[in-house]
Formats: sequence, structure tokens, C-alpha cells
Amino acid sequence: MSADELTLKDKAAIAGVGSTQYYKRGQSVPQLPMELAGKALMNACADAGLTIDDIDGFALYSMGFDTSLFSQWLGIPEVRFSALISGGGNGSAGSVGLAASAIATGQATCVASIMTLQQATVRFGASFAPKGKPGQTYSAPPSPEGNFIQPSGLMGPGNMFAVLAQRHMHLYGTTRENFAEVAISQRANAIRRPTSLQTQPLTLDDYFNARMISDPLCLFDYTMECDGAVAVITVSAERAKDLAQPPVYVMASANGGAGRWGQAITWMGMPDEYFASSGHRPAAKRVYEMAGVGPSDIDVALLYDHFTPMVIMQLEDYGFCPIGEGGRFVADGNIRWPDGGLPVNTHGGNLSEAYIIGMTHVKEAVEQLRGTAVNQVKDAEIALVTGGPASLPVSNLILHR
Amino acid sequence: MQGVLPKDIIELTPNVYTEPYWLATAEHRLILPRCTTCGTYRFPPGPFCWNCRAQEVEWIEHDGNGTIYSFTVVRHPVIPEVAEALPVVAAVVELPDTGGVRLISNVVDCAPEDVKIGMAVTIDWYDVRENTTIPVFRLAGG
Ligand SMILES: [Zn+2]
Repeated sequence: MSADELTLKDKAAIAGVGSTQYYKRGQSVPQLPMELAGKALMNACADAGLTIDDIDGFALYSMGFDTSLFSQWLGIPEVRFSALISGGGNGSAGSVGLAASAIATGQATCVASIMTLQQATVRFGASFAPKGKPGQTYSAPPSPEGNFIQPSGLMGPGNMFAVLAQRHMHLYGTTRENFAEVAISQRANAIRRPTSLQTQPLTLDDYFNARMISDPLCLFDYTMECDGAVAVITVSAERAKDLAQPPVYVMASANGGAGRWGQAITWMGMPDEYFASSGHRPAAKRVYEMAGVGPSDIDVALLYDHFTPMVIMQLEDYGFCPIGEGGRFVADGNIRWPDGGLPVNTHGGNLSEAYIIGMTHVKEAVEQLRGTAVNQVKDAEIALVTGGPASLPVSNLILHR
Repeated sequence: MQGVLPKDIIELTPNVYTEPYWLATAEHRLILPRCTTCGTYRFPPGPFCWNCRAQEVEWIEHDGNGTIYSFTVVRHPVIPEVAEALPVVAAVVELPDTGGVRLISNVVDCAPEDVKIGMAVTIDWYDVRENTTIPVFRLAGG
């Protein structure tokens, strides 16, 4: 088999995207989480010109959901593929790559990547806490590894990423004004969109008057807590040409990272060389190689934004600026839509549109490449989507029209 | 001691690889596992050397003098049980002469505003209950 045959490049395409309304935390009740998933999937089918009867695979992430019950509810004729990327929000972009892999290898023909989230009882903000209210399933019971972490007070993802952000500031002179620029630029994008949960502009004064949550991070450096669902349907590149929407091709996808990145975000033992990073450097190199493009070819970047400093570190790790220059890169206006050189998170992202664990980023990339985005990047041809900076494996996706 | 979590939130659940560490901290001693084959420290303690994949370790005593590699000031209680203890300085402390072993701990009895990356710290001990002691750090000379 030639190397050419061993690539995922352009074998599959996104044919449909759909979502529910987005809700503030808990406000989607009494709908069930998988009910939201079903509604998003039906919207994605309608978008693609497909029906539920066409769906024959699931490619999920962040622990997924019960595809047995889901398929039973919806009467899926035959499930041929059901798999997920390990970890949490790290796998969002990669779940589409997983779907493309299933299609390219003939295991399934029409694969849904879905995220559904309902934070009424489950709060990720306390996901590493040793104790919580009874019934809260995302606190982490004490474990042999957790014993070395939890007694310090690092109990939520924000505490962990604050430690990386502090180191980045120390090494490179990155400032809170730089973090603010990420939050403010994304808010400006969000408030132009009717789907956004945040509807008011954010000023630098608002940012600096906000309460500190975990230094150096304040309230506006954190993602929102939301409910909702987003579904993405991937089919073969050939089939996509005959469906309702212009195909958006899966140019490349990668997931993984260095073994010693490992449990980076909880453990903090990664090598000094890439401690203050997003963990994406190895996967970035591979996705560019598969796509045959480089940073200068990317027209719009949808970078997973659970915390503002991690957007800055991804800009470095994906080569949009040198390592350590991310703060100055955003300060120069580069990530602003429409006039920056690299518009970032044109939908407002997790920070300001809705936090559906990164799947809104895939949806926005598709809309940008169809030319139907609310904050359209002129003539956008190639989009980069990333999954969450996190412990291993991080993931990404390059799409083209 | 200021700047630590409440005792009832702290629970240790050692396994066969981490138990020697916690038995030593209960005696106010810091010991770290080092590969007997290649001399690489591994932390947290576990079954394999990440460098040479050998299993056997010897436990090396460390004086607990380190430097602050990075930190955060935890101000918002993600669970109500910790609210009264906050703020705490959660710090990653690098230990010299270990090939870069880092402990995740607290810098205690200091103003959070005084903590900076690169500062020297010394170890102290937070006795949680009988047979359960957590290492913490103090600013050197502070
Ligand atoms: Zn070894």
C-alpha cells in the first residue's frame, strides 16, 4: 500500500451540522441530555438532506453517552460503528477525524459526532474535587495519583490552567491584558450572533473589575457553564457531493501528544520545554503534514477556549507566531474579526457564544467554509479546529471547502 | 497553619507504589523513588521507569528545599467545603538534584501577593490526622 493510500486526507466530508438552542446551566431541564442530542442530530440530518435512517455510526468524545439507548430511542436501522476518543474536551475536533477514519476504512457510511451537555447536576468546575454534593458525578474520588494533587486545592480545571498561565507570563512576559484581548475579541464576535448566550460587549474595565477566581485568571478568562447539544454528520467525500450542502472536506485530523505530556494538566510533571504550552505541538505538526498546508494557509481558526491563556498558547503551538509571542500576537489585533490576519473564534467560542465542549467550533468552521457564517471571513477556504488543551490525547481538524 | 485545606477534605488512598512515600511523610520525611537501573526519578511513584521501563526503585531522602516553579492563588471555592480555607496558594515546587521532580503543594503562612515564581521554599508538615501528613512549603527565610 502506498503512503498516499494511508492518509485520511479528503476521504470524507462534513455533510451536515445541527444544534439545539443553547441554554445557561440547568435551563434545558426537563429535557434529557440524550434528548438534546437527538434533537441536534435531527437538525443536522435536515441540514444535510439525510434522515435518521441514514445514520450508521457514532464517533464521540468526553466519555460520550449511551449509544445503545440512543439508537434504541431513534430506531437506528443498523449501527456499524460506535467509538470515542478517550479523555474529555480534548477530543472534540478529533471526533470528526474518528468519524472520517471509520468512513475511509469502510466501517460505516454516515457517522455522527455529537456533544450533549446539561450541567444542572454535573459541574465540570469541580471535576477534580475529592468531595461534592451527593449525586455530583464529576468530582473525583481520592485516587493514588490524586492524593498528590487534591490536598493543594487544585480542584477544578481553571486552577490547573492558571498554573500554566502563570508560568507562561513568567517566561514570556504575557499579560492579563493579553488574556483580556482574547475574551473581548470573542465577545465582540458573539454579540453579533442570535445564538449567543452573552449579549453585551465586554470592556477592559469590565475585565479588570471582575473577581479573581484562580490567579492569574478572573471570571472572564473562564468559559461559561451551559446546556445544549451540537451534532456533526460525516460521510464519504463522494457521497457529500450529492447532498444538500456544499461539502466541507476533512483535509486532516490528528490526536495524541507526547507521552510525558501525559496527565499534564493534573500532574504538572511535563518537561520544562513545553510545560507552558497547550500540549498540541506534536499533533499540530502531524495535522499540517497530512493536510499539506501550514499556518499561513489557515483562513480562520476555531481554537478551543476553556480558558483565555490556552488560546494564546495554541496560537504558538500551531505556528501562527513563535513560542512565547502569543501575547504580543493577540495584542497586535491579529485574532480580531474581520480585520485581523487570523480571525479566531468568530462564533464567540466557549467563552461567549456557548460552551458545548468545543463542538460549536466545528459547526462554525463548517459555516465559514460554506460561506454562511454570521461573522463571515471573506473567501475562507481552509479552517483549523482544535480540541481542548488537556491531558493526553489532544486533537485537531483541518477542513477545506 | 494558614493556607491549607480543611483536614476533613483530605483523604489518602495509597497503592503499593505510593504507600512508602506517605508512610515517610507521616514521619516528617520526604523520600522519592529513583530507578535502580538508570538512576531516573519517577514521580508520582508508579510501576515503571519512564526512561528505561525497569520496575525496581530505591527511595532517596530529600531535604525538601525547592523552588516555586509555578502557582495559582485559589480564591473561588468550587465546592463549599473549602470556602472558609480560601484563599490558598497552590504551588508546583521543583526539587533540585532530582531531574525535575515537582510536588504540587501549598505555600503556607504567607500573603499570596508575596509569592513569585523562582522563590526558594523549605518543606514543612501539615499533620492532618494520625498517620496522615501532607508536605507543605514555606518561603525560605520568611
Ligand atoms: Zn530507569
